[in-house]
Amino acid sequence: MRFDHRHLLGIEPLRPDEIVTILDLAEQYVRFNRGRDRHSQVLAGLTQINMFFENSTRTQASFELAGKRLGADVMNMAMQASSIKKGETLIDTALTLNAMRPDLLVVRHPQSGAVDLLAQKVNCAVINAGDGRHEHPTQALLDALTIRRAKGRLHRLNIAICGDIAHSRVARSNILLLHKMENRIRLIGPPTLMPTGIEAFGVEVYDDMRKGLEDVDVVMMLRLQKERMDGGFIPSEREYYHRYGLDAEKLACAAPDAIVMHPGPMNRGVEIDGTLADDINRSVIQDQVEMGVAVRMAAMELLARNLRARPSEVRA
Amino acid sequence: MTATLIRNARLIDPEAQSDTIGDLLIEAGRIAAIGPGLPAGKAQVIDADGACLAPGIVDLGVKVGEPGERHKESYGSAGQAAAAGGVTTIVTRPDTHPCIDTPEALEFIRRRAVEAAPVHVLPMAALTKGREGREMTEISFLMDAGAVAFTDCDAVVTDTKVLSRAMTYARSLNALVIGHPQEPGLSHGAAATSGKFASLRGLPSVSPMAERMGLDRDIALVEMTGVRYHADQITTARALPALDRARKNGFAVTAGTSIHHLTLNELDVADYRTFFKVKPPLRSEDDRQAVVAAIRDGLIDVIGSFHTPQDEESKRLPFEEAASGAVGLETMLPVLLRLYHSGELTLPILFRALALNPARLLGLDTGRLATGAAADLVLFDPDKPIILDRFKLRSKSRNTPFDGARLQGRVLGTWVAGKRVFGG
Repeated sequence: MRFDHRHLLGIEPLRPDEIVTILDLAEQYVRFNRGRDRHSQVLAGLTQINMFFENSTRTQASFELAGKRLGADVMNMAMQASSIKKGETLIDTALTLNAMRPDLLVVRHPQSGAVDLLAQKVNCAVINAGDGRHEHPTQALLDALTIRRAKGRLHRLNIAICGDIAHSRVARSNILLLHKMENRIRLIGPPTLMPTGIEAFGVEVYDDMRKGLEDVDVVMMLRLQKERMDGGFIPSEREYYHRYGLDAEKLACAAPDAIVMHPGPMNRGVEIDGTLADDINRSVIQDQVEMGVAVRMAAMELLARNLRARPSEVRA
Repeated sequence: MTATLIRNARLIDPEAQSDTIGDLLIEAGRIAAIGPGLPAGKAQVIDADGACLAPGIVDLGVKVGEPGERHKESYGSAGQAAAAGGVTTIVTRPDTHPCIDTPEALEFIRRRAVEAAPVHVLPMAALTKGREGREMTEISFLMDAGAVAFTDCDAVVTDTKVLSRAMTYARSLNALVIGHPQEPGLSHGAAATSGKFASLRGLPSVSPMAERMGLDRDIALVEMTGVRYHADQITTARALPALDRARKNGFAVTAGTSIHHLTLNELDVADYRTFFKVKPPLRSEDDRQAVVAAIRDGLIDVIGSFHTPQDEESKRLPFEEAASGAVGLETMLPVLLRLYHSGELTLPILFRALALNPARLLGLDTGRLATGAAADLVLFDPDKPIILDRFKLRSKSRNTPFDGARLQGRVLGTWVAGKRVFGG
């Protein structure tokens, strides 16, 4: 079991065995989180700062809870209300924080590559909690854990990722992870929401949802990211729902035991039928949230081990 | 439905490019047989006496005043004019008030058309909401409701990002997008084509290059998105090489032109005659001849009337302020026969552009004289001399540039799905 990364910035640099390492450790935390005593000392004495340059409720709460259960001192910084409003650059913000000697930085930023840039300027471990349209590694890991638990394996599955691929960092991280683990990936969505050249990622692209869903084992729905659209990608929400909204009729094209996933927050009646989202026989959406805390605890523990192993470098 | 046998007709078949004497039998709305000396049986017999029988015209780009300007043209009056002109299918434009940009509005058109028009009516829908060039329409829902193509008509979508997204989306539905190739910055406010005549008359004018620039942009977007694209009107010589190149490169690009740009030139405007104000403006004689040649060579696929009814008040204004457009449903065939009588085009070539090509573009089972095809037909005498009187037109609006013109050719009968809707 090896995991020698200093940061968790994306799925791209991870090897399949490292992904398995994180998931195996996360599995232990699932049991831990379901137990009576949900407090450990794994991160005791370490400081975790959550820096969210973009609104988030569930991801931030999940990271905060993960850190607290591991005994870290957790601080949340709402960056939208802070010094960046006063004109400070990202690098200056990073240097300022670095001087306070944190151990773990959890960063979300609206621009692709911003978390990488920040990671180059600090001495602590950085976890990417989502950067622009680039990556959201812990989401892909929690999705992988959810799939592995529901399907009993994480390879040779037919997996459809549906909807707004173009604006989705969740889609990119999931494509990278599921491809590394040797699954067959289909992307389904209107061509206006499909990134150019995405076929090069080793995926099949469909604009007909029924065809794309044929015999798939896993249906991952994506949120229509209205806030990232400058208009004109789709004609209307009703036409989008008609063509690309997941309902029982379209799901019938998939394998009979196919599971339905969604990273949340959902737009009910836009990308997914509300009743279907609540169907405990098909939907694993609540499981995804639970796996999220476990996966983040596992990732933070692995990074903390490396921190402690190389104190000279970290405390330079 | 009773059978009809049309005997002794000059059969003009654009598919075979043939022009032969023979008989044609109509049964159950379809062409049942073609050939010399067909037995009459129980069929009603019509002796064509050597008149021409051709597939009915499919007129792509007809403006009807409903909704919004019913006083200019209704589905009833447009349908009567079409039948009298040998037009068996009118493909309507969405530039009405309000414009046709929702499935609900399209439903209204379909209902009105079925009630009132004796010919086939196929509606087009707007490509962007309100034809404002900002957000694409519900292309999927509109196709389900019966839209055959998507166009903002003369409102060019200037935002290339919006247009590319609409084209990309349309491509996934195999929808046909119809563009108006024009550089809107250059053509804004123009009433004539720049040149000696416009300078003489002091009219604001646009370079013919604006058409080529618009076409070049649209072709680049076709190359990028893979959409099926039709340029509504190509009217200048300089746009033709771009069109030719796109076709040779294998892109799904087709083009149309108007009866006016084939038969008139800028000098016809003479003393600011507003019935000759069309959009794009009439061109030079060189351009006209190049466009006629492009029809002959098959580079331009479709001829349309671009029927645009305007009331007297819209035209009785200084040239710059006057509304654009002319009616043409009823006059297009005799007007185009000028090109036949002058030896510029043959009848099979004319009907290739009037019936076969537009039918193919829209996937219709008409436009040819073949056994089994829909019996949408026009019977006409190509030689009959007439003097056109605009007050005898069936359209509610009489804004034709051919008032008083000496023409040759008269429609004798029109059949839509085997049913006679004009003549007899």
